[in-house]
Amino acid sequence: MEFEKMNQQSRRDFLKKFIQGSTALSVVLMYPVPSFSTEKDKKKKANTNYVYLVDIGKCIGCGKCVKACRTENNVPADFFRTWVERYLISFQHEVFTDSPKGGEEGFQPKKIKGEVEKGFYVPKLCNHCSNTPCVQVCPVSASYKSPENFILVDKERCIGCGYCVQACPYGSRYISPNSHTADKCTWCYHRITKGLQNACVQACPREARLFGDLNNSKSKVSKVFHRENLMVLKPHLMTNPQTYYKDMAAEVI
Amino acid sequence: MEHFNHFHFLEYSFPNDMYIYWTLMIVLYPYITGLVAGAFIVSSLYHVFGKEELKPVAKFSLLMAFGFLLFASVPLLNHLGHPERAFNVMITPNFTSAISGFGFIYSTYAILLMLEIWFVFRKDIILYSQKTTGFLKFFYTTLTLGNFNVSDEAMKVDHKVVTILAAIGIPMACMLHGYVGFLFGAVKANPWWSTPLMPVIFLLSAAVSGIAMLILLYIIASKFMKIDIHEECIRSLNKYLWAFLIADVTLEMLEILVLFYESGEEWEVIHYLLANELFYSFIIFQVFICSIIPLIALGIVNILTLSFRVTLFTSLFSSLLLIFQVFLMRWNVVIGGQHFSKSFIGFKEYHPLFFEKEGILATIIIFICPLIVIYILNRLFPNLKDNEEF
Repeated sequence: MEFEKMNQQSRRDFLKKFIQGSTALSVVLMYPVPSFSTEKDKKKKANTNYVYLVDIGKCIGCGKCVKACRTENNVPADFFRTWVERYLISFQHEVFTDSPKGGEEGFQPKKIKGEVEKGFYVPKLCNHCSNTPCVQVCPVSASYKSPENFILVDKERCIGCGYCVQACPYGSRYISPNSHTADKCTWCYHRITKGLQNACVQACPREARLFGDLNNSKSKVSKVFHRENLMVLKPHLMTNPQTYYKDMAAEVI
Repeated sequence: MEHFNHFHFLEYSFPNDMYIYWTLMIVLYPYITGLVAGAFIVSSLYHVFGKEELKPVAKFSLLMAFGFLLFASVPLLNHLGHPERAFNVMITPNFTSAISGFGFIYSTYAILLMLEIWFVFRKDIILYSQKTTGFLKFFYTTLTLGNFNVSDEAMKVDHKVVTILAAIGIPMACMLHGYVGFLFGAVKANPWWSTPLMPVIFLLSAAVSGIAMLILLYIIASKFMKIDIHEECIRSLNKYLWAFLIADVTLEMLEILVLFYESGEEWEVIHYLLANELFYSFIIFQVFICSIIPLIALGIVNILTLSFRVTLFTSLFSSLLLIFQVFLMRWNVVIGGQHFSKSFIGFKEYHPLFFEKEGILATIIIFICPLIVIYILNRLFPNLKDNEEF
């Protein structure tokens, strides 16, 4: 009897200590450091409002931008940070779309059923959405918003789960076969912060691509932005893209 | 684009959308977690809701849940581009991401399950520590954690603790698996995934797969160990399996029906999917062969009182079909949602290779591992033969 009582006592003690110990251990081990307190987010928001404008009417589908992007950013083969789509619409309302090799080598003439009534090229790239699902879904904050509101990927943090690739409605992201991490257009953050132009903007012979700060009233983008009719891709998804399209037809996906 | 339905779009995929980024591993991961949740539900039916007829499998289902739980994260680790950084999900989580919850839910659940198993098997462990010799004696003695008290009073406390743990475990198991459904249901870019029904469907199918797997393993283990299969237990499991299956299939069909009836933007692409890429895996195999047949078969054995032999055979047969059904469901959700480009007018195939890193062989190995562990656990903690305690 006495023994049993002691046993009971030690068991209670043991349980108590076990629970205390494991709680203490788990607090120490698992205390999560919320990612919003990391250094890069503590920086003040920059006083800029960068936007990217695409003038569809000006694009000739030469593919120089895609090539420039690949060279500048070492984009792996068969993946694209930017690409150019061709739309050919026939009198019978048939919409033919293609983007052979992302339009990198330009476009060969294409026969479609019936006469081409309307045809145009649409350069695509990351929209750097201000309400972006890719940053929302990243489990380790490897996808983040820079102080200038560029959406960037930290290769050193990315675990390569691919959730952001699934969450992006525009197909702007891919998992790089070289780094095994998510990758996408950075709006050439490394160039912009040095006062240079984006590689694609610089390579465009037709000024179909424009990039700049809306807060700078003298910038070209701010003039175009306020005077022209602009549209964004998939507006119903409420991602609030910061890449705008001028003269965009309803057929553009 | 959705406003211009008189246009006829020819096929086109965005150039980055030529690949399937979430492979067989991401099919296997929700499948294994589903088995964990399902098996746990059965054990809780006994421990919390006092369904005495499930007593023969109450302990076994806990071991089964644990065996699968050990390997639930393996497919994820095999899929990650940088598995060595996986722990960052727990150290520096981004709380707006559903995945960040995984580490916490998974580890809390693992601790809870281990505690429950320890309390359920405590008396057995003490008994074995006295009966065995050598290494096994050391093993069991260590597992007793120095407590050899098997008095009635202590057993009563154990019983209470188990009931509480099992009760906490129910919402935990629901979260563990509801969360997996949320992962898919909350992707607005994907019309095949994005539905608030997704977590519920995942949960129900988890229960279906867990119960079906339990029936299968219970029958195999009983035949293997030459012990009698409890008739009441099988009949009861049949009832639960049927009930969860009805709810599961109904919701899955309702989801498609609503999409079809609304005929919104999503239906364009889903209609194409169902008629082409998913025609065999979804319509023929998942719905017609693996859902409707067990639905009818289980209905017959549950409504009519047939002989035990017939019931047992139907149960085994339906369980086998349902184990495939839920796997197909995971496949059709995960892979189905990637068959189309985000352009919604381009489609691609997925044919996993046998030997690739995330291929068929890897899937088979990862799936067999928990079965081996369950076999070993069952040898270490025999529970099917003598059920006189607990």
